[in-house]
Amino acid sequence: MKAWIKHVGLWSIAGLFTAGILFWGAFNWAFEVTNTEQFCVSCHEMQVNVFSEYRHTGHYTNRSGARATCPDCHVPREWGPKIVRKIQASNELWHKLVGSVDTPEKFQAKRLQLAESEWRRMKANDSQECRNCHKYDYMDFAEQSRRAVRTHSRAFDEGKTCIDCHKGVAHQLPPIEQEIGAPKAAAAR
Amino acid sequence: MKWVFALMSVFALGNAFSQEGIKPIRGAVPIPETNPSDTYRMERHDRVLRRSHKWQPPIIPHNIKGYQITKNVNTCMTCHSRKAAKESGATPVGKSHYLDREGKEHPNISTRRYFCLQCHAPQFDAEPLVDNTFKP
Repeated sequence: MKAWIKHVGLWSIAGLFTAGILFWGAFNWAFEVTNTEQFCVSCHEMQVNVFSEYRHTGHYTNRSGARATCPDCHVPREWGPKIVRKIQASNELWHKLVGSVDTPEKFQAKRLQLAESEWRRMKANDSQECRNCHKYDYMDFAEQSRRAVRTHSRAFDEGKTCIDCHKGVAHQLPPIEQEIGAPKAAAAR
Repeated sequence: MKWVFALMSVFALGNAFSQEGIKPIRGAVPIPETNPSDTYRMERHDRVLRRSHKWQPPIIPHNIKGYQITKNVNTCMTCHSRKAAKESGATPVGKSHYLDREGKEHPNISTRRYFCLQCHAPQFDAEPLVDNTFKP
């Protein structure tokens, strides 16, 4: 047996090792609890605004019953980016405290800003959260409509990413300027 | 407000029973309640069907499930506005949609054309609910 092991003691090393496992397990468990839909929706801001509108969309209810929960789209799966996103999310705790979006009216007023920041995030990581389930390489074009085939092949050739076109698939959209009637005051694009 | 509807439905029901000749399509379901809708899947034809008469608003040849027409956005216009149609290859919005009710042309689509589904229906291979004797 090596000298330093004798010095510290076999039991101390085993104890530290076990404590490490327990700490990591507890940390990871608590971390994952904050990564559930139930946790997100426990704030009424999420429940009343984004979750209630989400419930009418294809990612919540559909033919096959496969569905996505909040973190599937809004929290990266890879450990590094996940930690980064979680640390950024501590800012959201502050806004919960000061009540930045605690009424539907306040939420509507902020919708453009919130949507744009999420679009920016998804564009930056090449819509990684979409592609966790929807993998371009495995898309069977024969199963898609002609329109979808045409658009998908062209868009991918141009280096576009999912979120460039598929905005508002799970939530209501913010004001977008579309050349109908009088121009909108604050609008995307 | 609720009791107004309730009262209205009572009168409506009373009328339906007194005038036996009238059989509304909604049946005996009172007005504040909703008929269960038929469950059907929207066709994914992807083929433009010909119009059956001259002024018929073209029907929508694709699935529109989840498309939003809200105060904020009209997702049809993501492809069908004049500008977007050049890129998307979709049928651009008709000339008439740029006229206001005085017949004056505007650079933007007239707000009275905002609700596309008011005239354009998604195509679906369904039996007509009632006989139609319309001749164009």
